[in-house]
Parts: sequence; structure tokens; C-alpha cells
Amino acid sequence: MKKLNGIQLKHRKNTENSSTVEFPVPAKVKIPMSMHMGAPCTPLVKAGDTVKVGQKIGDSDAAFSAPIHSGVSGTVKAITEYRNAMGAVCKAIEIETDGKQEISDEVRPPVINTKEEFIKAVRESGAVGLGGAGFPTHIKMNPKTEIDTLVLNGAECEPYITADYREMIEHPDDVIGGIRLVKEKLGIKWAKLAIEANKPEAIKNFTEMAAKDDTIDIVTLPSSYPQGAEKVIIYNSTDRIVKEGELPSDEGVIVMNISTIAFLYRYSKTGMPLVTRRLTVDGNAVGEPKNISTVIGTSFHELLDFCKTDIDSLRKVIAGGPMMGMSVPDIEMPVVKTSNALLAFKSYDERKTSSCIRCGRCVNVCPLGLMPAEIDKAYRIKDIDDLKKLKVMLCMNCGSCTYVCPANRKLAETNQLAKSLIPRK
Amino acid sequence: MNKLIVSPSPHDENYLKTSAIMLNVIIALLPAYIAGCIYFGLRAVAVGAVCVGTSVLFEFLCRKLMKRENTIGDLSAVVTGLLLAMNLPSTIPLWIAAIGSFVAIVIVKQLFGGLGQNFANPAITARIVLMVSFPAAMTNWVAPFTHSVDEIDGLSSATPLVLEQLSGTTDHDLVPSYLDLFLGKTGGCIGETCALALLIGGLYLAARKIISLAAPLSFIGSLFILSWISGSDPVYQILAGGVFIGAFFMATDYATTPITTKGKIVFGLGCGIITFVIRQFGSFPEGVSFSILLMNVLTPYIEQLTRTKVFGAKEAEKE
Repeated sequence: MKKLNGIQLKHRKNTENSSTVEFPVPAKVKIPMSMHMGAPCTPLVKAGDTVKVGQKIGDSDAAFSAPIHSGVSGTVKAITEYRNAMGAVCKAIEIETDGKQEISDEVRPPVINTKEEFIKAVRESGAVGLGGAGFPTHIKMNPKTEIDTLVLNGAECEPYITADYREMIEHPDDVIGGIRLVKEKLGIKWAKLAIEANKPEAIKNFTEMAAKDDTIDIVTLPSSYPQGAEKVIIYNSTDRIVKEGELPSDEGVIVMNISTIAFLYRYSKTGMPLVTRRLTVDGNAVGEPKNISTVIGTSFHELLDFCKTDIDSLRKVIAGGPMMGMSVPDIEMPVVKTSNALLAFKSYDERKTSSCIRCGRCVNVCPLGLMPAEIDKAYRIKDIDDLKKLKVMLCMNCGSCTYVCPANRKLAETNQLAKSLIPRK
Repeated sequence: MNKLIVSPSPHDENYLKTSAIMLNVIIALLPAYIAGCIYFGLRAVAVGAVCVGTSVLFEFLCRKLMKRENTIGDLSAVVTGLLLAMNLPSTIPLWIAAIGSFVAIVIVKQLFGGLGQNFANPAITARIVLMVSFPAAMTNWVAPFTHSVDEIDGLSSATPLVLEQLSGTTDHDLVPSYLDLFLGKTGGCIGETCALALLIGGLYLAARKIISLAAPLSFIGSLFILSWISGSDPVYQILAGGVFIGAFFMATDYATTPITTKGKIVFGLGCGIITFVIRQFGSFPEGVSFSILLMNVLTPYIEQLTRTKVFGAKEAEKE
């Protein structure tokens, strides 16, 4: 079996032993209507309405979407326009909380007997991929092809982030319960729980828990970035190659983040939809790095204050990990479903880009075997045929090429720009 | 509060800069250069100083004239200058050495776009230009440890390859012993004679992951095997002349050799074969420089044919 390329990162998992801290309900939350891949939701409430915890406040008729619920009880103050870190604009519901945290009548454990009922319940839970991509979970669970293997992504390969790790340490029963639930309801034979080698405690725990279950396999992933990338984790845990243009389901595989699956298990018991999440707050501007569980819609600013951050010193704030996260322009932005980390830095070295010296480091690290240096060259002369031959469309923007470039060329960024030159069929 | 910096991911980077790579190459070249200075005396130090000094100066002036950003800080001009000096005999008139720097930096490097854009190795090309322009000065070798007080007229000597060509033998009464060749106690260019020091430098770069050993190994290996098959003394063939400096420091040049391992192997094989052919059948005793330059020219084609296989990619559809 061919080993895929990867890079050695400094893990900087400073918060791996920090138990999750509950963040108090904030006075105000702002809940964007687009926190997932697919169609944005339409608000179901209007200014002045009262909402309760778990109440559905946004939904969409589109098949490719996921509903949104309130994590607080209180009064809707306004429906505003909101520009997210990607630059897209959607509606956002601003709620002033009353502190009572009254639970909505809508919250009751779902009745799940058939596969169809299960998928419907998953949709109603508002579940999306919690690893960062935000793919609606109910879509993922309903592929056209037969699935025989469920891969659980516990790689958490980005530096700093320990949110998934804390899930595995604090709620291992929910993880295993979720795996059994999904396997049973979808009729999937095998499960592979894949964890990067830098988390030995989680690997040990789960190996013991799954010792008597032949259908759940614990896979130790090599400690090299990016193990959590979908194609990489599928290859390293099942030996299957997801080919160009295919979905994992075409190879009989579904990949789910372990926090997502643990959430589904809890939802099946309580009926409380996805309204809170855990995220790691860290970075060199953060005085007390922590893992925080908070309601979706809490502003980054409040979390940074909570973690004793010197706000005046901030130079860069990242939603997500340092490799693939988005740098945000404004710390008043809210926590969304996909926020797995909030990193704040007081120093950021903006180096100049210089000429490519053709050292080939980018080629040697690309997990997919792409040639970023050649793509860079083809992009500069807008050679679309060559860009197609170089398979730039397969780039998953893991950032390894930019990371290793001695000339500080923004190769990963160039790959994304190059993709836009290729006409879509 | 400061204005936050917004930039595309990744927001982390490693810390090996271009200048650090070049500095490592300089460090790796030093043992062989120092060995050359010991063997050929202060004159070798002077040639080195002139080549490095003029290379940096030409780089600075050329960038200035072209109204481009000053790039002497990346140290690549120092590498070129040092490498050029190591490819010249210690007796070379200093003004000729300066012409070499001009050819390397201005004509070969900057006129083609600067660092990383040149298709031919600057130092090798400069050596060849000087060799055809000033054949006498470029082959005025002295024997090691014979440099006299006035530092110019050492005891004339020939390079091991010339000796071999003249005598038609590798009998060690007439030509240097393996040990002398390995240690560099023979006539030759300043930095090319001491195989041991070049090997140390090459292995240092490989250990620091600055270079891959694919090209050096396939270069030296193919030359060894071809020489062996043809009945020449293969050990003599790889130790004599510029094989080690060429293989470790020029066939591994980033800009002018292929990127992929497959490409590097093809490049090395080509160098080995061409060196062998020139040495065996050509009128020049030495063929390393020509072989590397010829393979530099072929590099874009090798690149086209040795691209990586993309994970899970489907073959291009015929249109």
C-alpha cells in the first residue's frame, strides 16, 4: 500500500487536558441562517417573537440544507443581514436572552423505527458535519449506493484543536452509542473509528470499549497532516481510493466526524437539536486557553474575554484551525455549527513572497500527489489545458504546499484561484 | 484594537526560508573549498573572493538596472559565485574570473528572470563559456602544495583525466592513487578535486533534506557501471575530474533539474551517460560540465514526462 505524503506539524494541543467548560448563556446571540453547505434557511420567527430552547427558528424547502434551532430562550430583537467569514451574506436572527432557558415543547425524543424515520429525525436535529465542513448529515446518510463501512473521523489533525478529542475523552459512550445507532439504522456492516496516533489515550479507551465488538475497528492513523481529509482518512482506514469525481459513498463508505455521531446519539435520547457546540479557544493572544461549550450564536468577543485575551493586541483571529480555518475580520462574529476552534494571535509574521526556486517541497508534501509549483506556473499564464492535466480540481486546500514553501508562495490559494479558470461542465 | 489581518489559509508556515536553504548550500560547499585553498594556496582564496564578490555585485547592479527588487539577501548569488570559483583553476587571472561571474549572474540567471527561472546552471555555463573562450587559462593546472611565494606559478600539472588520456593507463606510477584522488591531492579546479569533502557536503545537504540523492546516485552510478563495462577503471572515473562536485552540487540545482524523483533519476542517468560518452569518445578529457548543461536543456521535457501520478485521478479523456 502506497503511503500518502503528509507534513509534520507542531501539534500545539495545549488544551488536550482542559475539560470542557460551560460558557454561561450570553445576554445576546446572533444566529446566522447559513451555517452549513447548501441552501440558507429562511427565518421562521420575526422580531418581537419569543423563542425557547430547541425551537426551530430557520428552515428551508431545499433538499440540500439543514434546519436551525435556538439555543436560548428569549425575544427576537431583529433579523439582520450577516456576512460570514467566507464573504457570503445571509440573514441572521438576533435574540435577547431571558436567562430562563425554558425548553421548547418541540423538544422530544424522536420516534425512530425505520431508516426513513431515522434520516428524517437526523434532518430535524439540524445536524451538519461538526468537523468544519458543515455538510448536512441527513444528505450524507442517504446515498444512492450501498454502504458497507462507516468511517469515524477522530483525526483532528489541525494544530491547537482538541474539541473532538475532548468529546472522545468525556463522552466515549455517546461516540460508541452513535456508531451503533447509525450502523443499525442504516444497515452498515462495519465501522472504522480512525484516530491520529497523537491521541494514545483515546485510542486505548476505544480499543478496550470495542474489544468485544468485531464490527467496530479502531484504526491508528499516522501522525502526519492531513489525516482528517476525507480521501486520506478513507484510504488509510479502508485502503479504498475515492476516485476523481466520485463521492465516498461510491466506494461504499460514509465518513462522519466523531462529535457529529456523539451528538446524534444524544439527540436520539433527548430530542435536543444542535444548539450548542464545543470549541477550542487558543492562540498566543489567549491568556487561558480552554475548551468551551457554548450556545451557537455566542460572539467570539465574549469567548475571547472569557479566556483572558488581550483584545487590544490582536493581529489575527482564525475561526477553525491554522491550516484550513478562515481568518475573520471582526471578533463580533458568532459561533456557528462548524466552529471547532477560535484562535487568536497577537503576532503574525507577514512574509514577502519571492520567486519559486523549484525546490519541489510542495510536490513532495501534497497528499494527493499534485504539483503546486507547476499549477502556479500554469495559472500565471492561464494555461487551462495544463491546469486540467495537472488535476487542480482535486486540490482540497489542505494548505501543506503553502506551509512548506521557502519562498512563501501562496500555493494553496493559487490552486483555488486556478480552479475558477476551469469551466464547469 | 488593531485592524485584524485577513488572509487565506494556511495561517501557519514552516520556517525554512530560501536564504536558509542557500546558507546550507554554502556550508556544504565550504569543506571542498577549504580543501582547495589548502592544496592550492592563497591564490584559491583570492579567486573565491573575486567570484563571490563580483557575483553579488552583478546581481545587485543587474536588479537595480532592471528596476527590480534587490535579491542579494537570498544568498543565491553567493552560492553561484562560490560554485563558480570552485570550478576554476587557482591560476585563473582574476579578471577572467570576474567575466565568469558576469556570464553566470547577468546572462544565465538574471536575463532569464532571476532565481529559479534560469534554464541552465549559471556556474556550469560560465565554466563552459570560459573554457571555450580562454582554453589556456582554464587548463593551467598546478600540482597541490607547489604554490610558491608569488602564488602564481606553481608546479605545472595535469588533471588526472588528462594524465589518463595521455598515458592510456591508470597505472599508479603515472597517475594519482585512489587515495590521492579521494583526498583531492591532484591537479584540477579549486573545488572539484577533494571527493571526500564534496561527499561530506553532499551528505550534509541530503541529511538536512535540502537535496535528494536521486540524481547524484544515478549520475555516479551510471558513470561507474558504463566505465566498468567499457573496461575503464570505474573507481578512477568517478573520483577524477568534476563528477562529485557536479553530481552533488550541480545535478541537484533546484532551478535547472526536474522536480520529481523519477525526473531526477532520469536527469542523473543522462548526465552519467553523456559524461561517459564525452570522456570515452570526445576530444575533451572531461565531460561533466557539458553533460549537466545538456541535461539542463532537456529538463523541461523530462518534467513533462515524469509528472506525479495524482491520487485517484482518472486518465484525461480523449477529446
